Parts: sequence; structure tokens; C-alpha cells
Amino acid sequence: MKVFSLSETAIDPVVLSSQLENFGTGAIVTFEGRVRDHNDGRAVRGLAYQAYAELAEAEGAKIMKEARARFEISCAVCVHRVGELVLGELAVWVGVGAAHRDAAFAACRYIIDEVKSRVPIWKREHYSEGQPEWLHPAKGSAR
Amino acid sequence: MNYTMLYFASLRDAAGCDSERIASGARDPRSLYGEIAARYRFTFVMEHLRVAVNGEFAPWDQALADGDEIAFLPPVSGG
Repeated sequence: MKVFSLSETAIDPVVLSSQLENFGTGAIVTFEGRVRDHNDGRAVRGLAYQAYAELAEAEGAKIMKEARARFEISCAVCVHRVGELVLGELAVWVGVGAAHRDAAFAACRYIIDEVKSRVPIWKREHYSEGQPEWLHPAKGSAR
Repeated sequence: MNYTMLYFASLRDAAGCDSERIASGARDPRSLYGEIAARYRFTFVMEHLRVAVNGEFAPWDQALADGDEIAFLPPVSGG
């Protein structure tokens, strides 16, 4: 399977986690990014992600390769949703397996931070009131 | 020269299409952005965008070739 992929359908963390397991893995750290009901003081009722798929998959794969080079991990997987999402739905999932927890935590954090700042994916929020808007954050947005 | 433009997110909304073929005298992404931004009234200054040529990130002064596929990428908001 691809270590970084875009998905048009719901992300299943149970299936993804099972791909990280092997007998050399003493630690698995996962991150789940979910659709929340508010942003920047506005009530959010759903959102959509659009991607430049070709470049997003190439840049995502590059980030995963960097993570494997920087940290003592045995495996890492990341899946990002595209399309329309409802509140509470999984938007992005990162899973890292390693012999020890320090590397697993660090690599997981590295991957989600880099994906958010570098991969060409855009979020369009639908609000309870007013027109939907694309988010194009300046540098230094919320972590 | 002829280029294929790809548009994403708010730039797609402003352009009114996800891709198009254009003819332009621009020879690098910098001058091409000037033309396209004026045509569709894009509000981003170049410093806030990245550019991709043929599916890879590229510098603003890269020499373009006939048939290149170009995308101006607004600040991303995945995750």
C-alpha cells in the first residue's frame, strides 16, 4: 500500500492500525484529525477538502520518506480525506510504529505538521451562517 | 506559447474553471501570474503563493516550455 494517500471515502483507523503491527514494533502512535464544529469564532457545520492530487501524493510521500530518515521508526502511514466531510468525521490519520515511544511520538508529530504546512490540500468550511469560505492561512496558524 | 493552467480552491472559484488551455507571451511563472491574476482579479500577491510546473514545485523564474502545465497554489489548509 501507499504510505501517503488521499481518500474519497471514510478513513477506517482500525484497518490502518493493523497495517502497522509487527513483532518488532514496541510502540504505535496515531494522530486523528477530525472535523470540529467551530473555527475562528464561527460555527462550522461541515467542510470539504480539495487537493492537487498528483502533487499532494508526491509531496506526502516525500514527507514520509523524511520521517523514516530522521527518526528510528519501522513504519508510517498517512491518509488524508478529500471531498465533503461532516462534523466529527476523520479528516486525516497518521500512524507510526517504532521499537520505542520517543521516536514514534516525534515522527507522528513531524508528519502531521509537515502535511499541514506543505501538502497542496485546501479546506472549505461551511458555516451555520454566511457563505462557505476557503481557508488560506498565513504562516503561524494554530497547531 | 500554449500552457495548460490548473486552478485550486479560491483561485478555482475566481477563474470559474478547474483547468484551461491558454496562449501567452509569458516565459516564466512570474510574468504569467501577472497576466492571469489581472484577467481573473486574483487578490493574492505572489509572495503568498507557490507555483507548480508539470506536477512539481518550481521557482518563479523557471523557463517555461510550450505545453507546460502550470498551477498557482494558494496557502494550503489540509489537516
